[in-house]
Amino acid sequence: MIGGGRYSDDFNFEGQVHLAFLRSPYAHGRITGIDIDAAKAAPGVLGVFTGQDMEADNVGRFETDIPLTELDGTEIFKTRRPALPTDKVRLAGEPVAVVVAETAHQARDAMELIDLQVEELPAVVTSLQAVAEGAAAVHDEKPDNCALHWENDTPDAYDAAAAKAHKIVKIELINNRVMPVPMEPKCCIAQVDDETGRMTVYAPFQGGRRVQGAVADFLFGGDGDMVRHISDNTGGGFGTRSKVYPEIIAICYAAKKLGRTVKWLGDRSETMVSDYHGRDQVNRAELAFDENAKILGYRLETLTNIGAWVTENGARLAIDGGGRILGGCYDIPVLYYSCRNMMTNTVSTDTYRGAGRPEANYIVERLMEKAARELGIDSKELRRRNFITTFPYTTQMGMKVDCGDFAACMDIALKEADWNNFEARKKESAARGKLRGFGLASFVEGAGGRPEELMRVRFEEDGSVNIYCGTFSHGQGHATVYSQILSDKLGIPFDSINLIQGDTDTAPAGASGTYGSRSSQMGGVAILRASDIIIEKGKKIAGHLLQAEADEVAFEDGNFKAREGSVTMQEVARAAHDPARLPDGLEPGLDETYHYKRPGGRTDQSFPNGCHICEVEVDPETGSVELLAYSAADDCGTVLNPLIVHGQVHGGVAQGIGQALTENLVYDEETGQLLTGSFMDYAMPRAKDLSDIKAEFNPIPSTNNELGVKGAGEAGCCGAPPAFVNAVLNALEPLGVKHLDMPLTPNNIWHAIHGAKNEGGPA
Amino acid sequence: MDMTGEQRIAAPKQVVWDALNSEEALRASIPGCEEVEKKSDTEFTARVRLSVGPVKARFAGEVTLSDIDAPNGYTLSGQGTGGVAGFGKGEAQVKLTEDGEETVISYTAHATVGGKLAQIGQRLIDSTAKKLAGQFFANFSDYLDERGASTGGGSGA
Repeated sequence: MIGGGRYSDDFNFEGQVHLAFLRSPYAHGRITGIDIDAAKAAPGVLGVFTGQDMEADNVGRFETDIPLTELDGTEIFKTRRPALPTDKVRLAGEPVAVVVAETAHQARDAMELIDLQVEELPAVVTSLQAVAEGAAAVHDEKPDNCALHWENDTPDAYDAAAAKAHKIVKIELINNRVMPVPMEPKCCIAQVDDETGRMTVYAPFQGGRRVQGAVADFLFGGDGDMVRHISDNTGGGFGTRSKVYPEIIAICYAAKKLGRTVKWLGDRSETMVSDYHGRDQVNRAELAFDENAKILGYRLETLTNIGAWVTENGARLAIDGGGRILGGCYDIPVLYYSCRNMMTNTVSTDTYRGAGRPEANYIVERLMEKAARELGIDSKELRRRNFITTFPYTTQMGMKVDCGDFAACMDIALKEADWNNFEARKKESAARGKLRGFGLASFVEGAGGRPEELMRVRFEEDGSVNIYCGTFSHGQGHATVYSQILSDKLGIPFDSINLIQGDTDTAPAGASGTYGSRSSQMGGVAILRASDIIIEKGKKIAGHLLQAEADEVAFEDGNFKAREGSVTMQEVARAAHDPARLPDGLEPGLDETYHYKRPGGRTDQSFPNGCHICEVEVDPETGSVELLAYSAADDCGTVLNPLIVHGQVHGGVAQGIGQALTENLVYDEETGQLLTGSFMDYAMPRAKDLSDIKAEFNPIPSTNNELGVKGAGEAGCCGAPPAFVNAVLNALEPLGVKHLDMPLTPNNIWHAIHGAKNEGGPA
Repeated sequence: MDMTGEQRIAAPKQVVWDALNSEEALRASIPGCEEVEKKSDTEFTARVRLSVGPVKARFAGEVTLSDIDAPNGYTLSGQGTGGVAGFGKGEAQVKLTEDGEETVISYTAHATVGGKLAQIGQRLIDSTAKKLAGQFFANFSDYLDERGASTGGGSGA
């Protein structure tokens, strides 16, 4: 730890001024007035702006751009969110006005003087409330609150399969809403160049050009050249930092309006009440089995709470995200999937580590465990019978799973977890009055995101090599892995390679960013391909130096070899900068950008998978659970750097256990107020909540990219929640507990134990 | 937040009722009260300084009386806003019952809060409300004592 990081708040500029947001204390209501006179007159205040000011200046809006339709062709309900609303407030914490003042304190004091008048309306808080008859409408234009009722098909095919079933197993599950909680709160600085009017925005982000694009679209008539976005370091992404928030637009608007550098650092509670949340589904699922316990069909009805606005991904997470791998590792011959995306007076839900795939895996793994009980078959055996074993396998949702060996992952995990001696350990726990449980989850996820990425590799005159990228490393070790790829490929020293990221002025045009476990499989491959072009050009230079034809030059281990002698990559790079040493007509320098397009596009992703196992101990007196052991067997394809991939697995597992054990975001169901709005009430997992995590790999190289990688960032939160809950259910089986919903707090477990007793379970 | 309670006041019912409808008595009794104004027989406005855990603010609010059954009880409904601290609103049914020379005030209240109050203070709302109710009635008894309206052995007379 040397303190060399530069987060957005570490940037300070001469003459910068500060901004504060007035946020709606109401979850839902009509704005009848915003009196800003007193705030304008307060000491140090430079400007107060509302949605009406922005509307008068024709500032753009966040438009829903999701190409999904309902079965009958009805388009998704499109919202047009202004950065600051003018008609209604639709969630508690929604920003409604900004104050800019010389100091942050002055801005906050003045903000308190704004008189916001709201005629309150009843709030719709949960997806179940939103779908109920007579519920208030979040948007007047959409009285049923359903932004999109997506179905893959009519239920007919499933119904026909179910009619022939030997057994149908049903489950209802709540996937609890959680907060992404990056360690760095929201922050933004907008700076305007006095002469050119060009704007530089500093804000933590996961790379790419979204901030640049949105600010350009909303405030500069779409001229991307007028906007530069810098995020030097970002303190946690998790999907929530890949979104452009209204705050950023309002800050840039104020900076442009005032011609000043405007800075805002959100505090923790502002971040919690405005960062997009994750998960929040109610699922009703069933599997139909034949007499051999083979799956005949899968039926799933999902209600998902997407919050007040139809954001970039909220309404497609459960469809394009979770839908990729809806039936998990299993051969599903028939599927009926209905997903209703419900709007409510809450913060939007959008991508959060896993983005739909943890939810999808959770459902099917809970269902398989329940099915095993009801069918009277060992759950491991039931899984084995139904695993996909023939590849490529096209899922009912049209995704092409290229490879995997789900049974092998399970075998590795079972060995790691010492399954064979579990009974002895269980007895030992029982002797101490504790209930020991063993639970596993096989999972598969689809990784890669947008099927294009660009990378630029450039040899500098001093001999160093820069990789310019739009992907962004906020803890994933890209500098290490990209350098490793390039160093291996070109035979140049690892230490001579630098990663230049987080700046739209240096990222290749069209670069995408880091999300969906895509950086190595997209960015890494683009680096490889850019290197190929460099090698080809290098052969021409080497040929010239060695007096050979370029096609007689071979490249091997960092050396260009001709019949007579050889030159190193670095020698060629030096020569490349000296026009005197270049063949005629060759541009000086080695500087190549590769635009990689994944061949199969959207359906041809990579499919990281694995089997995770939890061993837990429950105290039946208090309902508290202790995670004793965690064993992971992951197939993330070729492992480029074991240390880093272990780190990815550990991080994902910790976040998954967080959701399963402690985390729960609660809104007051009557008022729509966020009740878990501080760390007093929102319980992040702590080190003591986790056990050691054993992680082994079962690398089966992905066939969709030449690195063979599959992505590792999100697998952990797919495996951990179902493995953990299945383990606790296994522990509680002797007490007759058949069902639990996350998080498994002592309170929830205690009530489940006592509920089972009251129902006359075998207490 | 729901709260029910009972408070015994050592004064006759009519005295208690009159005090519950008096600006002066309310100003003296409401914890943190800076101002109470009786707009009409059924409307009051008030300014109160309150703190709920870490949230401190000055609340401005209105209270309306309905279902008035003098001197037996009424329904209070009101709301107050505290700027960025948020808002609170609620309703309370208040009933006065004579018990010898004393009066029992019983009440049932339902209140909701919003904004920072809810986000940070929710877990403290119940205990704060109980504390405030306790303070109110202590102040109220003192007020009656000081004016000799009390039938108890207070400082009156």
